[in-house]
Amino acid sequence: MNKAVLASALGSPSAFGQSQFAFMRGNAFEARVKADGGAELLRLVHEKLDAEAEPPVGGAVPDLGASGPEGRTARTALALREATAAGGWTLLDHPLLALEVAGSPAFLEPDAVVVHPDGAWTVVEIKSFPMLDGSADPAKVGAAARQSAVYVLALEQVAARLDPAPEVHHTVLLVCPKDFSNLPTASAVDVRKQCSVTRRQLERLTRVEDIADALPEGTCFSPDLPAAELTAAVESVPATYVPECLAACELAFHCRARSRAEGAVTSLGRSLRAELGALTTVTDVLSAAHGHTGDPEDPTVEALRRAAKLRMEALGTPSPAMGKGDAAPGPARGAGNGAAGHDGAAPDNEPQVPGPSRGAGNGATSHDAAAPDNEPQGSK
Amino acid sequence: MTLITTLARLEAVSTGRAQPLTTVRHRHLTDHPLVLVPLTTAGEAGAPLGALVGTDRDAPRLLVVPQPRDRDLRFAFLTELADIVLPYIDAYADDVEAAERNETDPETGKRVKVEVELCADAPQLIVPGRAGIELVRLLGRSMRFRRTAEQDPETPYPAPPRVPLLGRWLTHYGERARVPGSSLLTALTDALSRHWATGQSSLEDQHLGALLAWIDPPRGESGAEAALRAELERDAQGQLVCPPAGPATDPAFDNKLLAPAIERYDRARTAFAAAEDGVEADDRLGELTAAERQIHELVASRTRPTWDAVWHGLDLLRTLPEGPRAADRWTRDRWSFTGHRDRVLAGEPPQPRRDDAVTAANKLATREREQARLEAQEALDDPLVMAGRRLGGEAFAGEVIDVVMAYSEGKRAAPRPLVTVRTDDRPHLGERAKVYRSLGGKPQSAEFVGYEADGSAGVSDNGGVLVVLRILDKMGRGKEPEPGSVPEKGEPLCFTLFEHEQRGGAKLPEPEDTPWTHGGPPGETEAAPPPDAVTPEDVL
Amino acid sequence: MTTVFDPGAEAARATDAILRDTLHGAHRGVVVDSPPGAGKSTLVVRAALELAQAGRPLMVIAQTNAQVDDLVVRLAEKNPELPVGRLHSSDSDPYDKALDELPNVRKSAKAGDLAGLDVVISTAAKWAHVKGVEPWRHAIVDEAYQMRSDALLAVAGLFERALFVGDPGQLDPFAIVGSEQWAGLSYDPSASAVTTLLAHNPELPQHRLPVSWRLPASAAPLVSAAFYPFTPFRSGTGHGDRRLAFAVPSDGSAPDRVIDEAAESGWGLLELPARHTPRTDPEAVRALALVVRRLLDRGGAATSERSPDAAPLTADRIAVGTAHRDQAAAVRAALAELGVPEVTVDTANRLQGREFDVTVVLHPLSGRPDATAFHLETGRLCVLASRHRHACIVVCRAGVTDLLDDHPSTEPVQLGVTVKFPDGWEANHAVFSHLSEHRVVWES
Repeated sequence: MNKAVLASALGSPSAFGQSQFAFMRGNAFEARVKADGGAELLRLVHEKLDAEAEPPVGGAVPDLGASGPEGRTARTALALREATAAGGWTLLDHPLLALEVAGSPAFLEPDAVVVHPDGAWTVVEIKSFPMLDGSADPAKVGAAARQSAVYVLALEQVAARLDPAPEVHHTVLLVCPKDFSNLPTASAVDVRKQCSVTRRQLERLTRVEDIADALPEGTCFSPDLPAAELTAAVESVPATYVPECLAACELAFHCRARSRAEGAVTSLGRSLRAELGALTTVTDVLSAAHGHTGDPEDPTVEALRRAAKLRMEALGTPSPAMGKGDAAPGPARGAGNGAAGHDGAAPDNEPQVPGPSRGAGNGATSHDAAAPDNEPQGSK
Repeated sequence: MTLITTLARLEAVSTGRAQPLTTVRHRHLTDHPLVLVPLTTAGEAGAPLGALVGTDRDAPRLLVVPQPRDRDLRFAFLTELADIVLPYIDAYADDVEAAERNETDPETGKRVKVEVELCADAPQLIVPGRAGIELVRLLGRSMRFRRTAEQDPETPYPAPPRVPLLGRWLTHYGERARVPGSSLLTALTDALSRHWATGQSSLEDQHLGALLAWIDPPRGESGAEAALRAELERDAQGQLVCPPAGPATDPAFDNKLLAPAIERYDRARTAFAAAEDGVEADDRLGELTAAERQIHELVASRTRPTWDAVWHGLDLLRTLPEGPRAADRWTRDRWSFTGHRDRVLAGEPPQPRRDDAVTAANKLATREREQARLEAQEALDDPLVMAGRRLGGEAFAGEVIDVVMAYSEGKRAAPRPLVTVRTDDRPHLGERAKVYRSLGGKPQSAEFVGYEADGSAGVSDNGGVLVVLRILDKMGRGKEPEPGSVPEKGEPLCFTLFEHEQRGGAKLPEPEDTPWTHGGPPGETEAAPPPDAVTPEDVL
Repeated sequence: MTTVFDPGAEAARATDAILRDTLHGAHRGVVVDSPPGAGKSTLVVRAALELAQAGRPLMVIAQTNAQVDDLVVRLAEKNPELPVGRLHSSDSDPYDKALDELPNVRKSAKAGDLAGLDVVISTAAKWAHVKGVEPWRHAIVDEAYQMRSDALLAVAGLFERALFVGDPGQLDPFAIVGSEQWAGLSYDPSASAVTTLLAHNPELPQHRLPVSWRLPASAAPLVSAAFYPFTPFRSGTGHGDRRLAFAVPSDGSAPDRVIDEAAESGWGLLELPARHTPRTDPEAVRALALVVRRLLDRGGAATSERSPDAAPLTADRIAVGTAHRDQAAAVRAALAELGVPEVTVDTANRLQGREFDVTVVLHPLSGRPDATAFHLETGRLCVLASRHRHACIVVCRAGVTDLLDDHPSTEPVQLGVTVKFPDGWEANHAVFSHLSEHRVVWES
């Protein structure tokens, strides 16, 4: 099912899509990493994960071509078995793996799997975001780690069918462009956590048939349907929109429109819910805050009313909140607003220098605060 | 998010307009900020495609890299950028005042005052959003280790003369932007969202067009409608009417407009290079120029709406009066700017790729202190912010209903008056908790003695609580408190549980004294860190 | 050959090895991991006394003033003759007044005044201000896992060698501003002191105390498996060694039934109907207070290896733990209404290091519409689930497992950062599935 096409048909086209520049560079990078029979890739696996092993020289790259997903997974399994038995370095370029998800097989295609001379297997993920001075965008690395964890679990299912079962490393290799170049660099990523979380999720996942059973008879998501029918079909699937969906799903704009129409507070962010207890819509919250509805004994309602009162007070008349001599917004009240480095209250001296020693009135510390800035740039 | 902020967001939903989160402006704006609206090429780290830059809203300079993968064109872009940014910075570097700074005398180890220069004002950089700040850091990182032909005649791809210096300045600005309350480099979306709550999520607030639509919707339209248009409306060619504020471009723009234009440019350039005689070259130059102009126009069409939006946003921010303590934080920014100016002048090497242990710890300490300072100062400057702290039990406001004179025990009895405050707030007062109020801009501290009346929470008849405090300081040296230093009956007061001013932390060792637990002193690094390895394939 | 686990002997062996490395080892540092109730304080006091006896001037670094004062008192109890210095801040009321009763404890805000004393104790924050003194030959760093790397950086120049003791399962230190830019650096200032220490000195001997004397046999396996998967520990007592009995029989109410379940099995889950609530969920708060009230009213008696006679379960032997301060305040108010004033009610942060016979805990995820990183933090749940000697009763709204399923952990990953185990999401699932076996449903 193509969610982007579906979203357009629903009238809420997504902003998704990939720039051809990014696409081309990503492809070029992956090709570069795997060039020369994967020499560079195997070198990185050796260096980062298995330095004790013999260095890879002309590792094997078996042909994994076969027809149909079942054929390709079988071919991959065979290649893995042979490579494990052969006892050298082998690179599997785009192998195909099957993983049981909620009773149905899902086919997965890692960028690469490497078989080590000792027979262990490692998942390799090639990404086109840079590793700059050894670090990379944590959100992207996190996503790559979760993706790799699924591959690791799928590989474990393949391994379990062999005797003896080869070890599948729970440390994967993430390969990215180095700094501003397109030279590959790599980092080992421990995905044990992601594996255990994914394993538990798979165990608890509702069976796909169960999701299907809950849908009305004849539900169909074909984008050719008229928009109204399509909308009805999509809305029969339970989904809970939160703003994070915008970055992850093509249907997010559609779900957002629904969520907003329902007045759901979560359309403004998940965290909003935390203090609103059982109140879930904008109208309910405002009505409770303004004293129209709600049990005043309920701590949520009570807190909302206090918040509304404090807010009104602060916006209405300048509250007595500020101590004597402090400037409230608007016309400064009273003299002596010696606050924070303001020398306005000082007699007209020479050009006023809010020097560090009088900064916020905390004397010496005020400039020490800037100290790191003043560290010499070069490490000594 | 406090409940007050949540309410503001929900009010925005129901009214269709953004609602105020503050009553004053908590970010300093200079009179002449430099606005930078950059675009990058997808898929590559920090590869510029173009930018609008300048201090005059009516006359931005357009910089374009017609083929982003061409190293020479990229260097030409960076040179142009340096020619705009560095003179802007230099203008501030030369205007100084005399100031004093506390330093440790290397001989005696004592703290002494030293006469130093402080720049009278500092250059301020405004970018549309957070991604713009990231790009400033990335550009800084990509430039500061470059070598010019003068520095290293052997370098295969020498950088233009002023480019490494621009890299150091952008690095400094990018790093300073991590200090809470700093305004040297400001993301406009952050500044706007600090002051207004929209009826959308904070994630969506990072879309400058949508954010402005909520704060200042066009006549006859709700913020929600205008924001939705800003996000999604496309023209007949499928292009966003309100292009993303960058630096990333819309994929539809890349694929449908930019890619064909760059292809045309590449073709024209190849043809021009292959021209065999002057006439042919003239013809082909015409086509090359036209192709280049087309890319310029495309980049201008994507950046100009953002450029105008940034200035619009600055106008909106300027409608708020600046909070009094924002000037204090700006002074810190000026110190930061002056410090970097001095390091550049002193010929120090560029900032290292990674902080050493001591520098990292110092930076973290500074930022934590500045965060606390910012939170305190914003609350003291702004009753609406203070309302949030009161709601959270971190402050309370009320009326003095009783003052009883009392004195400390000991040889010299000092005044320690007991003040009873009636408040409707519910401060989280622990046993003998310290509280502070602002007295002439300085904090006066008091100690929580207890709740008056029986009953554990001291609830008074009309719902509030009676808090008894003992005033501890700022009453002068005599036995009788100085006039005006003790609260009077009937006076409205606001006490905070947080401190108003931040203490300086303990001094860390010098980097060369890094202890064994942290790897010992960092090794002797070369005077200048090596530049990034460059390969012919990096670009093109 | 069958080996019988002898907790006393195991613990003694571990302690001997630690003291040997500390007093006679070649390394500059020794690290000791101590799971909840494994005798960390006893170890610190003993190591301090032996170092002092060996004539090595010792500084002790703790994290809070309460910890410092507690150590001073314990040292004085063990050896009233020992000259101890309490270095304190220049704030008002800088130390516990109880210290004034101890003749050989000298107090000062200046390190110079305490020079020459066998042991000088203070907080890391105060030590950081001490400059220009001869380094101490030895230091003990207590609660080292709760100390930040930058705090260690500030004081490490003060000592030549050190014993680092702490509990890796409790709450990690944190920074109030972002520190991502240093993630992956061995000396990330926001990481724990032990992480940095070991990154730079991987050869240092690492010990662990293998026996929890606090946690009963019913709790140690769960806490060990859920929070210390790679460094398991055992309970020092067997299943029959501890007993909790009540003079007044159950009245059949949910609080009484969950009390009986917990008395019997060590764990009890009082499940309220599923509902999204504010943090200070009034029903849950009332349930907590009622459970405490009933614990006291029913005349509880705790029998343990400590004494042959049952000790009455008094208010000071019970604690209520919450995730947030406002929750603690609400529970205190509810207890006051029920006339129960002396029970400790506090957040996980403040309960760290403390011990009670029975704890009553408001589950951090109870009634929440979402599960944030804060609420999933392993250390928080670990602290709440490991304060008791006899039984732990958890009060929670139904639906936590579904909530967890809706919030799978999607944490960002920093390159070069050692993965910390266990995962909060996973640990929450593990603990909850165990608790579910001891469920009593609240019927309202």
